[in-house]
Amino acid sequence: MGTPTLHFSPKDRYNAFLTTVEDAPYCEGPLSGRGVAVKDNISTAGIETTCGSLILKGYTPPYDAHVVDLLIRAGAAIVGKTNMDEFGMGSTTEQSAFGPTLNPRDPKRVPGGSSGGSAAAVAAGMVDFALGSDTGGSIRCPASYCGIVGLKPTYGRVSRYGLVAYSNSLEQIGPMARTVTDLSNLMVVISGYDPRDSTTCERPYRHKPHPSVKGSKVGIPEEFFGEGVDPRVASVVWDAISVLEEEGAEVITCSMPSMTYALAAYYVICTSEASSNLARFDGVRYGPPVETHLPWHEAYSERRRIGFGPEVRRRVMLGTFALSSGYYGKYYAKAQVARQMVSADFSRIFNEVDLIAGPTMPSTAFPLGEKTDPLAMYLTDILTVPANLAGVPAISVPCGEVEGMPVGLQIMGRPFEDEYVIDAAFTYEQGVAT
Amino acid sequence: MSGDSVEPLVTAVQPLGTGTIIGLEIHCQLNTRSKLFCGCSTDYRDDPPNTHVCPICLGLPGALPRVNRAVIEYALRVAKALHCEVPLESEFARKNYFYPDLNKAFQITQYDRPLAVRGTLLIEGDNGEKEVGITRVHVEEDPGRLVHKGGTDRPKYSLVDYNRAGIPLIEIVTDPDLRSPKEARRFLHKIRATLEYLGVFDSEKEGSLRVDANVSIQGGERVEVKNITSYKGVEKALTFEVTRQRGVIRRGQRVTRETRHFVEARGVTTSSRSKEEEQDYRYFPEPDLRPMRVRDWSDAIVLPELPDARRTRFITQYGCSPEHARTLTGELRIAEFFEQVADPGAPATATWVADTLIGELNYREMSVSSVPSSYFRELMQALSKGEVTDHCAVEVLRSLLDQLHAKGTCESPLACVARLGLGKAGEEIAATVAAEVICENERAVADYHSGKNEAFNFLIGQVMRKTKGRADPAALNRALKEALDMRGE
Ligand SMILES: [Zn+2]
Repeated sequence: MGTPTLHFSPKDRYNAFLTTVEDAPYCEGPLSGRGVAVKDNISTAGIETTCGSLILKGYTPPYDAHVVDLLIRAGAAIVGKTNMDEFGMGSTTEQSAFGPTLNPRDPKRVPGGSSGGSAAAVAAGMVDFALGSDTGGSIRCPASYCGIVGLKPTYGRVSRYGLVAYSNSLEQIGPMARTVTDLSNLMVVISGYDPRDSTTCERPYRHKPHPSVKGSKVGIPEEFFGEGVDPRVASVVWDAISVLEEEGAEVITCSMPSMTYALAAYYVICTSEASSNLARFDGVRYGPPVETHLPWHEAYSERRRIGFGPEVRRRVMLGTFALSSGYYGKYYAKAQVARQMVSADFSRIFNEVDLIAGPTMPSTAFPLGEKTDPLAMYLTDILTVPANLAGVPAISVPCGEVEGMPVGLQIMGRPFEDEYVIDAAFTYEQGVAT
Repeated sequence: MSGDSVEPLVTAVQPLGTGTIIGLEIHCQLNTRSKLFCGCSTDYRDDPPNTHVCPICLGLPGALPRVNRAVIEYALRVAKALHCEVPLESEFARKNYFYPDLNKAFQITQYDRPLAVRGTLLIEGDNGEKEVGITRVHVEEDPGRLVHKGGTDRPKYSLVDYNRAGIPLIEIVTDPDLRSPKEARRFLHKIRATLEYLGVFDSEKEGSLRVDANVSIQGGERVEVKNITSYKGVEKALTFEVTRQRGVIRRGQRVTRETRHFVEARGVTTSSRSKEEEQDYRYFPEPDLRPMRVRDWSDAIVLPELPDARRTRFITQYGCSPEHARTLTGELRIAEFFEQVADPGAPATATWVADTLIGELNYREMSVSSVPSSYFRELMQALSKGEVTDHCAVEVLRSLLDQLHAKGTCESPLACVARLGLGKAGEEIAATVAAEVICENERAVADYHSGKNEAFNFLIGQVMRKTKGRADPAALNRALKEALDMRGE
């Protein structure tokens, strides 16, 4: 008797997967025999892990990320690695070195990103569960665009051990699924303290969602409905908020003035950390071998120029600049101050309300190739980055459509109150279903 | 701190070394069982390359560092022994630079929140005891090691060994308080002794110490000398550099600020490309590790006896001279060895260990740890019981050390005495030999009785020759005198 395997050979019309495992082994456990798709920046022993980058083509990790280890022990079958913006740097999955992923709801449109492959695999029904990672919205954005549920857990609730770092202080691995119940079940498996990740806490998630927002106060920051948010999206989200109200929540408008600095702070911090994290990819230990007779530092430059895509090169250069002497105080140190202001805003608002709600993205999924200006692209992250800066839990749950494309309702909570956030999303989901 | 007492930098008459300003940056490998951020063993020296590695110390994508608490404990012991201030919290930082031996392209080190600052260490200075200021103490990881194949000047290719990557290093930075290469050497010896007494360092491991030095002559620019990797190298490198800078000044030129490398084999420092000096390391706090609460931790540490305290104890407990006490406590292994072989109030043993044994060991480039203390003790007992003379004991010791040097083991001292026939002649032998000599030298005996003292010296010389120096001179003296006086009556 060999170990049981799950046969997996989907028609991947959306380029959701970079690698698939045709016969994925699994063991007994709560997720026994259920296929899970894993974002390609999460290390899987023996399965190629490229982060959507040429520079990691052919890299097979010798070890499993902590979450993968947990999934396998819970009986899940790892059926494949999903496409993503290179190293997580993007909001459309168009920045993958291996071609864009298409949105299953409309293949002419982007699926969002950077966990676009995971979102598409779930939305298309190829798997029930997927893991994504969220640095500035990379789970919630594609969940919103593809019409599925995605959670960015509280920072420290899920181990990052084995997640190829983009921006260590901001990112979390999180669950993606079609229903809140499935998402919650996945969260039960992947959360908890890991001695190998010093930033995790002894706060495992062992929750079953139940519909209860009665008496909860939900804050609506006016900035989440400001300029740049598609009024049709805003209107769908307001309708969703009124569903929560009907279920017994008290809705209060509030203000988050630090939103003015959030995006700039976010891009300084994530590019700074990225410039350091990605420095190890020098073409010597990873990537296809190349015969070169250049001095080592010139060979490094050449390999990095060829191996990294334009967006990665842009962010590495930005981050290198922000950390350089003479500019550190002006950029990195200032961004940390702005980050504190965002956290302070959240603390202040959470003194008065239990949850914060608003749209996940300012718009619905746009056509592939439409946004070419990096700045315009960065602006689409404005509603998701505050949760990463403050480390609070944030979920995106489908809440309607605009011209056939899904809209996501974003719900954020106090640190380590992921249960509460999930209950609110569940309440909405159930409220709409009945 | 040295800053409290204002030391004149320039005296009226400038002896050699005055006006020299030296500060040291010392890197020592802490001898914890596992590496700084992973569980890999630090005992890699005799093993093949890349056998003491894991995803963390290889810097594989996704692997995260985890602080080995033993390293922090060791470093805090050092900080405490150096009377440093320990802040409430300390933090790791990333030092970013590209180099083929640096697997992550950044080194996890400490920057603006080191483990400890502002300490002191007492050393024997050029003009008596002095306190040397410690600027800071911090912890960092060692990078990997490059092995160049096909010649060091123009290697065909280079290999990387990551066994060393992640080995914990402690960096100790001094204030510019040292005034001569000799003081620098003494400081280094004292640091080594202190670290060994604390049980955090093994100086006998190859490559366990690296020193960078900042050297300037009063009024001139500072020159950094890198790549000093031995205790002897420090004095050599600094003496060369001080002489070089003096030469530059004597020729009426200015010493320029630069980084130089010490080439141990040639005993010189050479200018290195200025590119390195201009490195911007882009330090920032390590986001994968949380700040550590170190003040309370440090407060809870109880230090063992340190070299200065042991020195005082040796003087009172064993009656050592201050000079011997300093020598005996200057190295942990010597001090422990001495305590194993010495009985309280036995200053003779101190002389034997501090003068004779250390000299013989240095001559053979041996460590005291290769000498069985029980044998040395046996030899000392034979000496005190009068079974061998000082002269013979030295010969026995040399023979035993030669054996240990050659094969790692040796016979017992008494076996050696018997084999070499070095046993001290007894009173009987002395009397017999004295009688023989008297019979053979009638003239000299007559001279002695007529009051010529030189005759006695001649006769004792004859007795010594017959006993080949193995007999106790006092016993021979006594026996000869007795025999002569008997005849004279
Ligand atoms: Zn290791």
